[in-house]
This record gives sequence, C-alpha cells and structure tokens, in this order.
Amino acid sequence: MKPAMPAPTTFDDIGAEEMAIRVRGVTKEFGSGDSMTRALRGVDLDVPYGELLMLVGPSGCGKTTLVSIIAGTLEPSAGDVSVLGKDLVTMTNGRKVCFRRENVGFIFQSYNLLPSLTAVENAAVPLLIAGWRRSAAVAAAADVLGRLGLGDRLTNLPSELSGGQQQRVAIARALVHEPRLLVCDEPTSALDAENGRITMELIQKIAVQPDRAVIVVTHDSRAYSFADRIAAMEDGRIESVASGPHHLAAPAPHSPDHP
Amino acid sequence: MFWIAWKMLIGNRAKYLGIVFGVVFAALLIAQQASIFCGLMSLTVSQIRDVQGPSIWVMDENVQFVDDIKPLSDTELFRVKGVQGVDWAVRFYKGIARARLEEGSYEQMILLGLDDATLVGAPEGVFMGSIADLRKPDAVIIDDAGYKRIWPGEPFRLGRVFEMNDHRAVVVGITKASRTFQSFPILYTRYSQAVTFAPPERKVLSFVLANPQPGLAPEEVCHRIEAQTGLQAVTRDQFLRKTIIYYLQKTGIPINFGITVFLGFLVGTAIAGQTFYLFTVENIRQFGALKAMGTSNWMILLMVLSQALHVGLVGYGVGVGLAALFGWWSRSMTRLSFFMPWQVLAITAAAVFVIVLVASVLSIRKVLVLDPAVVFRG
Repeated sequence: MKPAMPAPTTFDDIGAEEMAIRVRGVTKEFGSGDSMTRALRGVDLDVPYGELLMLVGPSGCGKTTLVSIIAGTLEPSAGDVSVLGKDLVTMTNGRKVCFRRENVGFIFQSYNLLPSLTAVENAAVPLLIAGWRRSAAVAAAADVLGRLGLGDRLTNLPSELSGGQQQRVAIARALVHEPRLLVCDEPTSALDAENGRITMELIQKIAVQPDRAVIVVTHDSRAYSFADRIAAMEDGRIESVASGPHHLAAPAPHSPDHP
Repeated sequence: MFWIAWKMLIGNRAKYLGIVFGVVFAALLIAQQASIFCGLMSLTVSQIRDVQGPSIWVMDENVQFVDDIKPLSDTELFRVKGVQGVDWAVRFYKGIARARLEEGSYEQMILLGLDDATLVGAPEGVFMGSIADLRKPDAVIIDDAGYKRIWPGEPFRLGRVFEMNDHRAVVVGITKASRTFQSFPILYTRYSQAVTFAPPERKVLSFVLANPQPGLAPEEVCHRIEAQTGLQAVTRDQFLRKTIIYYLQKTGIPINFGITVFLGFLVGTAIAGQTFYLFTVENIRQFGALKAMGTSNWMILLMVLSQALHVGLVGYGVGVGLAALFGWWSRSMTRLSFFMPWQVLAITAAAVFVIVLVASVLSIRKVLVLDPAVVFRG
C-alpha cells in the first residue's frame, strides 16, 4: 500500500534531488506595524518523493499558511521554497499559475465543488483548465470516479451526494490530471469516521506514488496512521517531525485544542 | 472554461433571473421609450411623407417646420414656375379649419388644398370613393381615423355633410392617411375649395410644390428658386429633417423621453450590477478554487465577461422583444405612436452593453484581486 521507501526522520537523511518539497527559513507576515501578525517564523521542511506528510497542530499555528506557500498560492515574506525542483520564490505569478495547473492537485476541507456542475463535470475541471476538450475531459474524469467507486453517481449534482461522496469527487478532481504534488486541507474534518477512513485510504492508495508527494493538513488524529511522517507545528514553527506510527505513541506535542 | 462560467451563471436560478431582469427592464424601457419618441417624431413629418410626387417644397423664408404656416401671395406660384430648371409647380394649401357637424358640434380639422388641375398631393390610400370625385362641388375626402373620431361607432358612408366657414362640405371619399402630430381629422379638397373653407385671410398659399426638370438635382433647383424669388426652397428630405430638428430643439419632447431612457439605464445598471456583484461574491470560493487549480487571471476575466455578455444578450433579446410586442399591441389596440427603426435597436444594444460592462467591473475587480489561498481558509 505504502511505497517501500523507509520513513526518514531528519532532513539530512535524504539528498536535495530526492526532495519533492524543500522549505528553508520561511517566514510569513500579514499586515504591518502594530497590526502585523507573524504566521510563520523560519520554517524548515523537506518532503521526499513517495511520501505522505501530515502537518498537524492547533488552530492558528501556521499549517494553512505553510501549505498555501508550498502549493504556490501564497508568497512567503522570506525564505526559500523549492517544490518539484522549482524555486517558487523567484517564479513569476504567471509561471506559478502554470505550475499549479500542471503539478498540483488540491483537496479542500469544504470540497469547493461547483454546485451547478455534476460529479463528473466537477472532476473534469482541472483538465478543462488545462485546455482539454470537454468530451475527453469528462471521459477521463468518469474513469477516475469509477475507480473511486462513484461510477453510478457521475451525473449527480454535489447537492445530491453525501459528504463522503462529495469528498471522493474532490479527490477525483485533485487526481484527474495526475499531479505530482497533492495538497489536502483537512480532508476528513467534515466526514464521519467511516468516510474519513475511506477518504484517507483512497488518498494513500491512489495518490501516494514513488514520483509524487502528498501533504495533508489535519486536526483529525484518526488520520495519523496513514502518514509516513507527521510534522507538528506550533506558533509558526515546526516543533517536531516524526514517522507516523511512532508519533501516535509519542506524547502530544500540541496545545490543548489538538485532538 | 466558458462552459463552466455559463453553468455557474445559470446554476443559481434566482440570481440569474435577477440579473437578467435588470437588463430586460433597462432594454425594454430604453427601446420602448425610444420607439415611442421615434413614433412621435415620425408623426411630425407624416404630412410631408404623404405628399408623393413633388421633390421640392417652396415656402416663406421664415417657415421652420411643416406646421409653421406663413402664407404666401398666390403670385409666388408664377415666380417659382419662372425659375429655370423648374419642370412644374403647383399650389398647396395647409391649414386648420373648424367644422360644424350635422348634430351641431364643432371639430377642428387639418385642411389640405390640392392643385385644382392636377390634384398633386392627393392621398394614395383612398378605399371608398375616388380621388376624381374631388372635382365635384363641395367635395372632400376624409381620412379613416378622422371619420371614426368625428362619427364614432358609425360605418363608413359617403355623402355625409358638414359645414366649414359656413360652406357645405360633402364627403366623397375615405382614405388611409398617416397619423399627424395633432391627431386631428385630415380633409383633402381642391385648392379653390379649401380657401372657401378656411378662415378668410389676404394670403392663403401655404406651399408651392415643384419638381425639377429631368437631369437636374433638386438641391440645385432649390438654390435657383431661393436666389431668384427670395423664398425658402428645400427638398422633401431636407424638409423632413428641418421639421424633426425643430421639434428636437424647440420642444421638451426629447428631454422628457431622454430622462425616462436615462432612468431606465440607471435602474437597469443598478439592478444588474448589484445582483451580478452578489452572484460573484457568492461564488467567490469557487473562483478561488479555480484560481488555485491553475486558472489564470486572464481566463477568470474572460469567464466573468462571458457571463456578463450572456446576461446582456438574453436581457437584450427579451427586453427588445417585449418592447416590439408592446409596439404591436399599441398599434393594434391604441392610438399610441410607435416606430422602432434599426437605430433604436442599435442604441439599446449599446446601452445594454454598457450596463453589463459596468455591472461586471466590480465583479471583475473582486475576482482578479482574489487570493487563491482563500480556499484554504475555513
């Protein structure tokens, strides 16, 4: 199920060329003067290809900010960010748009499906953005949805699907264009235990490949068992990085609101 | 992507209909009011249009429009005839007469006196009686709308008698005629008869109608007439324009209609703009997701514009269609003048285009500055 690669616990265990994500000294500040908020305070993080890394931590610790920077949707205030061998800091906005289109798949907490598109049309959106013809995009999306067990729900609108089914459509949408980086923001938080487990299994089974990386932001401790490594964040910093199963056994490094 | 934009737009029926309603309202009001305005303007020149044959109108130099009669001396006819290049010229009387009907009531009428010999300017739509009957004593031809006005509910009948200026007039024909600005009944008679029906004046000749000799441009002959007689001579088209310009410049009609059209434009813009903006705000996370997934700002801009254009086209089509329906209804059921030339359609289209452009500007700004990272916020 998981790639054969052993889970590293330190940054130096793996060479830079094997890293899907390399973050060095990244800071992010919002606002200025007295109202300035420092969301990230010098974050270092490496994620090798073939790994599913979970970012955990209390609300406001900077998980979403960090993952937004890694996904290329937010500029860091300082530091270096290299994703899939590309330097995102020096990349122009136009190139970043192309980079996201070609290389990044997104799974959002609230699904963000287009309510007026059917399941298969929603799943086809990244291919349509990439310029595919609608018929070809829909056929490819139907194939992915079939693999996710939604072959009989292709023409249903999101409002006609359960939360778990909507999240599977979102997974299909994130994977349909075969991105090399999958960014998941709280993918199980809106789901019950069973659907959360199914969702994580699908992400692990389909998305985790030797040439890809998956980064999951989550509060949901039930999802930890699917991680290769877990990076715990606190107050804009990464406090610890541990392999998944070990982390489960370790004392909780987070604030009281952590599950 | 335009397909996605279209699906997003029509997916929210209430908002979609709200935006379309705003554009329909504006298009309907602009097209309808502009068409009524054009209809009114066409009424002002209907009597010039109805006089077929002569291409030159000669009148007092101070006449400003067709109803601004400044009578000439009868001898002016011969001066015009004497101008080189004039093929023929005839007298034409136009005035208002007061008719005393059989039952003793009075009615104002537009009285047109045609040249006795040639009957130039006679109506072309006579459907009861004949133009030749105008040569009979006391003969008049009346327009059908005028007949219905003075004898409402009664069938068309020739031989009806009434008085004008203590002279007997007999209806010998009924004709179709274009409606006039004053909406009075129109009477056609011979010139010599008309001057007996009209209130007594020293000068009675309203216009001299003329035609240039073959091969000569009417404008050129007009110049010659003006130079030799000191009268004002204009071509038929020039007289049409002159009359319309008079009404545009000297009456409040364009301002009244202009205000209504402008209000329609403003209200339509407000409704469409507000609803379109709300629609965009409501879909902001979807736009954010599209941007996060790699949709460029340029494509987002085109998507919003395509939504706006879609709404504009539908709203324009429905609005102009409703205006045309109103025009058809008003023509068949009421006396309201309604004329929708292609210029009205073009102006309405331009106004609708501006409305959807203005409506989309705020929305475009909203999505262009949208941070795609918004989709990661709960």
